[in-house]
Amino acid sequence: MENLENKIKINLDGKIIYARKGSTIVEAARENGIYIPTFCHFEGTDPKACCRICSVKINNRLMTSCTTPVTAGMEIESNTEELKDFRKSIVELLFVSGNHFCPTCEKSGNCELQALAYRFKMLVPRFPFSFPRKEADASNPKIIKEQNRCIACKRCIKTIHDEQGRHYFAYKNRGQHLEVVLDPVLGASISDALAKRAMENCPVGSILYKGKGFDQPIGTRKYDKQPIGSEIENQS
Amino acid sequence: MSKKITIEPVTRVEGHGKVTIQLNDNHEVIDSRLHIVEFRGFERFVQGRPYWEAPVLVQRLCGICPVSHHIAAAKALDVIVGAGDGDGLTAVGEKMRRLMHYGQFFQSHVLHFFHLSSPDFLFGIDGDPAMRNIIGIAMTNKELAVQGVMMRKFGQEVIRLTAGKKIHGTGAIPGGINKNLSIAECDELLKGPDPLNADKMVEWSLSALEFFKNYHKQNHTKVDDFASFPSNHLSLVRKDGALDIYHGVLRAVDANGKRILDDVDYHEYYNYIEEEVKTWSYMKFPYLKHLGKEKGWYRVGPLARLNTCDFIPAPLAQKEFEEFKAYTHGKPNNMSLHYHWARLIEVLHSAEVIRDLLHDPDLQNDDLVVKVKGEKKHEGIGVIEAPRGTLFHHYKIDDNDLITMANLIVSTTNNNEPMNRSVASTARAFMNEHETITEPMMNAVEVAIRAYDPCLSCATHALGQMPLEMTILGPDGHVLDHKMKD
Repeated sequence: MENLENKIKINLDGKIIYARKGSTIVEAARENGIYIPTFCHFEGTDPKACCRICSVKINNRLMTSCTTPVTAGMEIESNTEELKDFRKSIVELLFVSGNHFCPTCEKSGNCELQALAYRFKMLVPRFPFSFPRKEADASNPKIIKEQNRCIACKRCIKTIHDEQGRHYFAYKNRGQHLEVVLDPVLGASISDALAKRAMENCPVGSILYKGKGFDQPIGTRKYDKQPIGSEIENQS
Repeated sequence: MSKKITIEPVTRVEGHGKVTIQLNDNHEVIDSRLHIVEFRGFERFVQGRPYWEAPVLVQRLCGICPVSHHIAAAKALDVIVGAGDGDGLTAVGEKMRRLMHYGQFFQSHVLHFFHLSSPDFLFGIDGDPAMRNIIGIAMTNKELAVQGVMMRKFGQEVIRLTAGKKIHGTGAIPGGINKNLSIAECDELLKGPDPLNADKMVEWSLSALEFFKNYHKQNHTKVDDFASFPSNHLSLVRKDGALDIYHGVLRAVDANGKRILDDVDYHEYYNYIEEEVKTWSYMKFPYLKHLGKEKGWYRVGPLARLNTCDFIPAPLAQKEFEEFKAYTHGKPNNMSLHYHWARLIEVLHSAEVIRDLLHDPDLQNDDLVVKVKGEKKHEGIGVIEAPRGTLFHHYKIDDNDLITMANLIVSTTNNNEPMNRSVASTARAFMNEHETITEPMMNAVEVAIRAYDPCLSCATHALGQMPLEMTILGPDGHVLDHKMKD
């Protein structure tokens, strides 16, 4: 029998589930086999709530589930038509604000943005494409920072650092000119392992490990095998 | 009063083009042009991309022969990453690419013959337009239609198993490939349920050849005289003179069989081939430099390949090749409709090669990419024989691995001048001194273009519909006659 000590009861989409005290809504949902999509939230790092795709409704207010801790008796709406469309609109905005050409992208099949577009059955975005003029920065010996595909989720900034805690990636500029850039000085000495991890952690194809592409055959990529979220939904 | 006839779009070809024919006051053809009116721009927008994206990006040029672009680009990048000059891959690397390429050859040639061209043979150039398509074939010769559909399916299955997808896969990467072929996958193609297995494909390839040869026997004057004119012929051949569509040297012969390009290294193609730009078409006009624009143009594709090679390294295809060569007493064959004959011999050749490769245990090897690589280069050239002819890919990269220059000479581009000459020849034969231009006359012009299987890019046979517009204009530009079929 499940040990309910240190657990509290919450209501998620009309279903009573037990959540660990101190956990966030995203964590509680996942531990109960319910998938709430995330971009900026990455396991092992502090949540930042900058992408808003994990938004849920509590007392009719939108809240980011990656930063909101559960409380006893909390009633949460997540998988409603309204919220699904809200999340889909965020995916669409991310597509139209960059230049995402899946057919020739190395990350296709492993890309979380593409996988979510499939999950939300996105066909044509409701917003006009902005076709920003962006370049790929290939000046680093190991990494290409492809700005056309960056969704500024901050994962690379948070997770890729050296032993002294110095970050290889950082924000540059503000507002619509905001970019995630690779530190040209520190980045020059980035290790192979860290460069590869940066590519893995990037949810899209914005960080590419140089000289190696398309070596994973079609059909064997992560979301070729199962749709995003199904690894959580299928565990229960 | 002189007239100008426009055929737009040209149907049952891959892509969008139009034909204009100028008649003088005596209703004689005085000028004709095949215009390619679509613009792609891949050479420009591949610039600034990482070099390893090229094989995946440029194949989007086409949905019919993407494998050709995919492999030509990968061969160019093999040079850049230091994996030899096109022949430095591991056994599994080269054989998987060959299998993919022959699969593509097989399906593309079959698509062209059965779906696009066989209606002209079965129903005649002047047959009912409503029947001159694959549906018409299915209604009158079900067996032939089923063969066409299933043979194409088999070729696409070969591509799917080697490249991951039937269209726009990712199998070839710089220095090798990204997957091998398991014994179970080989068996899927060798022992697949009837008719989807390699032996059946060889058998059906032979029967398709018989179909054409019988038609030829009964209509040899019509076939032989249609758009027949002397030309040069160019293709890759293996170093020993064998037909090889993956790798070799460049060879060209003139209309009498004299070598005018003697097995030269394709990495120096720019020393031998130049392209002319004309104002009325987006497609360039390549020619052999040393012969000049007037005498240096050449044909490529199945007919050219069988005119340049010495033999075919597959027993059944070799037998057919000997019969083909004997028909012109060993001299180059300059008859445009014999493209179909040559194409069907290549279908048989592809079926034999696919079958033999599937028995090769090297396909199960794990050394997919060349491990010990030579020095990285900033420039690479890859040339292969695509179904429609010789295909050149040329790339330059900068120190940061980004592409700075791309030059693609696509197979159909090589055939630009001969296609224009075929249009002129057919227009003269069918339209001269006729006051009224009829639908069969227009179709005859299209039959001449269709023989080359031109890939004007991306469009396919208009299934059940053949939109064709023709306008006859007077010298002052006003419309004298307008014909439309849809």
